[in-house]
Amino acid sequence: MIEFASLLGKLNWSALPQDPITAGGAATVVGGVLGVMALLTYFKRWKWLWKEWLTSLDPKKIGVMYIVVAVVMLVRAGTDALMMRTQQAISVGSNHGILDSNHFQQIFSAHGTIMIFFVGMGLMFGLINLIMPLQIGSRDVAFPFLNSISFWLFFVGVVLVNLSLVIGAFSAAGWLAYPPLSELRYSPGVGVDYWIWSLEIAGIGSLLSGINFLTTIIKMRCKGMTLMKMPMFVWTVMGAMTLVIFAFPILTVTLTLLYLDRTFGMHFFTAGDGGNMMMYVNLIWAWGHPEVYILVLPAFGVFSEVVATFSRKRLFGYTSMVWATWAIVALSFSVWLHHFFTMGAGADVNSFFGIMTMIIAVPTGVKIFNWLFTMYRGRILFATPMRWFMGFVVLFTLGGIAGVLLGVPAIDFQLHNSLFLVAHFHTMIVSGVLFGYFAGITYWFPKFAGFRLNERFGNYAFWCWFIGFILAFGPLYVLGLMGATRRLDHYSASLGYQPLFIVAGIGVGIIALGVTAQLLQVFVSIRQRHESRDTTGDPWNGRTLEWSTPSPVPYYNYAVTPEVDNRDPFWAVKQARTAGVAVEPQHYEAITLPKNSAIGLYIGIFSFLIGFGAIWHIVWLAAIGLFGAFVCILIRCNDDHTEHHISAKKLEQLDKQARAQGGLA
Amino acid sequence: MNKKFKVILPVAVIAGFLSLAVWYLRHTTIPILEPRGPVGLQERNLLLFALGLSLFVIIPVFSLLIFIAWKYRESNESAKYSPDFDHSRIIETVWWLIPSLMISVLSVVAWNSSHSLDPYRPLNSTTPPMTIQVVALDWKWLFIYPQQHIASVNLVQFPKNTPIDFQITSDSVMNSFWIPQLGGQIYSMPGMSSQLHLMASQDGSFNGLSANISGTGFAGMTFVARSSSLKAFEAWAHNASQSQDKLSLAAYNKLDRPSQNNPVAFYSSPTKNLYGTILAKYDGPGTAMSGMYTGGSASMSGMGMQ
Repeated sequence: MIEFASLLGKLNWSALPQDPITAGGAATVVGGVLGVMALLTYFKRWKWLWKEWLTSLDPKKIGVMYIVVAVVMLVRAGTDALMMRTQQAISVGSNHGILDSNHFQQIFSAHGTIMIFFVGMGLMFGLINLIMPLQIGSRDVAFPFLNSISFWLFFVGVVLVNLSLVIGAFSAAGWLAYPPLSELRYSPGVGVDYWIWSLEIAGIGSLLSGINFLTTIIKMRCKGMTLMKMPMFVWTVMGAMTLVIFAFPILTVTLTLLYLDRTFGMHFFTAGDGGNMMMYVNLIWAWGHPEVYILVLPAFGVFSEVVATFSRKRLFGYTSMVWATWAIVALSFSVWLHHFFTMGAGADVNSFFGIMTMIIAVPTGVKIFNWLFTMYRGRILFATPMRWFMGFVVLFTLGGIAGVLLGVPAIDFQLHNSLFLVAHFHTMIVSGVLFGYFAGITYWFPKFAGFRLNERFGNYAFWCWFIGFILAFGPLYVLGLMGATRRLDHYSASLGYQPLFIVAGIGVGIIALGVTAQLLQVFVSIRQRHESRDTTGDPWNGRTLEWSTPSPVPYYNYAVTPEVDNRDPFWAVKQARTAGVAVEPQHYEAITLPKNSAIGLYIGIFSFLIGFGAIWHIVWLAAIGLFGAFVCILIRCNDDHTEHHISAKKLEQLDKQARAQGGLA
Repeated sequence: MNKKFKVILPVAVIAGFLSLAVWYLRHTTIPILEPRGPVGLQERNLLLFALGLSLFVIIPVFSLLIFIAWKYRESNESAKYSPDFDHSRIIETVWWLIPSLMISVLSVVAWNSSHSLDPYRPLNSTTPPMTIQVVALDWKWLFIYPQQHIASVNLVQFPKNTPIDFQITSDSVMNSFWIPQLGGQIYSMPGMSSQLHLMASQDGSFNGLSANISGTGFAGMTFVARSSSLKAFEAWAHNASQSQDKLSLAAYNKLDRPSQNNPVAFYSSPTKNLYGTILAKYDGPGTAMSGMYTGGSASMSGMGMQ
């Protein structure tokens, strides 16, 4: 059962790729890493990378790193999606397609895991890092060093998932790895352990982020910003981080128990011997359902900001929106059982969870109506972020209706685990989460880059995503009604699924064009940065505090922390002052900011050793990791020189310079 | 010309695409919308009813979206602009109410249908129900007929208009037992017996499958569910009872080994209480919940939360 005796645990040469498809995946990963390293060496950027990025404790830098990693992972998991749909389009009757079933199962397990944990969560934490401190008029988050640890733990999760392509294999048990399938007896390889440790480590990072951001919102708002004057994005982040704090410990514990089962022969979730697989399913969804709202709430916040700005109007029904957000937060912990009405819990239990599920549609519906009425009597500019919003409303409403249908237990019996369900949750997550963060990235991009993203490519990207989405997931609703279950790597020709799978495959291809357009958009925008430079700090006629700073934002955010007495403070200032006269700080005071620190990165490296050691049962490696991480924390705890000061005089000089460059002087 | 073309092209593409879709859907079977039994029929009607109800949300949202987006576009200078119009008690009350009303109606429907369509609830029929025991194996379905003393693999036959009491377990990982044209599914789990009542109202062969990932052979874990007249069923059962393959414990253990894409097979005289024996395999020391075969109690006593 346990091979701890051997020095390398379960690791041996057979862990390396043995067949063309695995070798292809491994070559892509290794080639990608070597390519990046070669570029860094060629352009002599190693030192820059280390000083400006890897060791930075500036939330804006950390935010950008989250987003870069998330975009790379979007490409990776998107490639998985292309492979799955290609397989399903051709693997019919006597043709068995390009992938064997084990590969296919690894691919969809990785697709789901990566999209939720490393794309959705990555984009979300990235945007929160970038925007939230600015919006509350703060220079930093509450715990800048903890923020760095969070990022590096997230990154270790990413590394482990992708390392499984090179050494060993990934889990083939689905993105939530239900036992008994995920138990040692049925999944004897290291795949499930990769899954466990990747999420275990990234999940702890998420929990730390949750604590960090919630504390930041509670403690670090600028003068005058009472709770009911916070921007809507900040409210939704507060809701989401509350959910993180309550939900992620459940995930951590559940994964630990599964690992104990697999490694130490325990029986928490095994079939027989007193184990209870239903307990696992309950626990994983008690985390899993709130997780959906963790991802989508901040995206709702982004839409609230975008709609108000591009309609040139105050957000409609602010108080309703706040209540709706917290209603969703509270309700999201009372619906988890709707993921398994078919487990046989009985009519009373099913009805309760079905009704709670439907109730959650009410606050969500209220939000949509409020956004529509924010546009009402506005002056709507249909820039790219607004297009993402329009696409979101169309798709999210339809997907939401599908969700309400699934919320009726007796309907769910027929649609559970079918492609109808797959289509439903992709509609919610793609339109709600991805479109939301795409809108947010386009909207706030100039604040950090100093220039706007190209609108033409943004438009192409939007239409490819929107049309591609309809083609990719429309057929899945029908397939679900045809009785097609999810995760099929092969099916009989007589079922008539093939034409619809082909259309779905074409749809995914069009989405891939959309992603290409987005990557080109960044490239083209950088080339044209001189024409699209944001010289005012306020390219969209914004409303909230972040637009009062020059673009790109100086590393200290605000030379003098602002004071607000309005929900749209910057809009109010613009209304009040005569055109062209900037409000300039009169009096500067010295400030303190955290110094760079590499310790977060070192903790990440040691955590990687813990994970890798635990996966391959290399005890000494895990022990070194644990000890190393502990020593790192000790060193940091005893370091009294973690901050540097900027004198009032220096600050004034820096600020004048930034304002001159940013056109604010 | 160019501007006209810009409007006509997308409309033509969409119209062409939609007609192709309609044509396709008319020429293909959509099992869940074309049920062949009372359970599936009620579930389908429920689906259509909820879909109809949802129009009360879809129509206002989509019309408001199109109307507002068009009317208040930036280039329309004549539209009213009120940048500070940010709340209205009446309007907001209305849309806390619209979805609430829809959900209230649907909640009542959900409650009632959860009870009337509870998979554990026996069906109303003058014909006495027939029991079929279902065991999910790696990667095939075993059907045991305790009354007929036969068993079959990947084919389940039963008389039409007779309520079938499926008792379901697994001798492997979790699966989900689903015959879309007859009605909803339920999980099969090792050491636990779940129950599903279904009935076919006409002759026919229906696709059955596992709807929960169960490992390598998952996609091939399909079966045929065939309903026929009572006479034809009895003839079929008699035929199966003549099978040379007897489902002794040894034969069962052989069958239990993982295998993929299994052909249909028949067995005679299955070992006595085979189903109970399979359930009992998962009784471990100190188990309070697993393996409690209570002959179909609706309780999920193993929720582990008591």
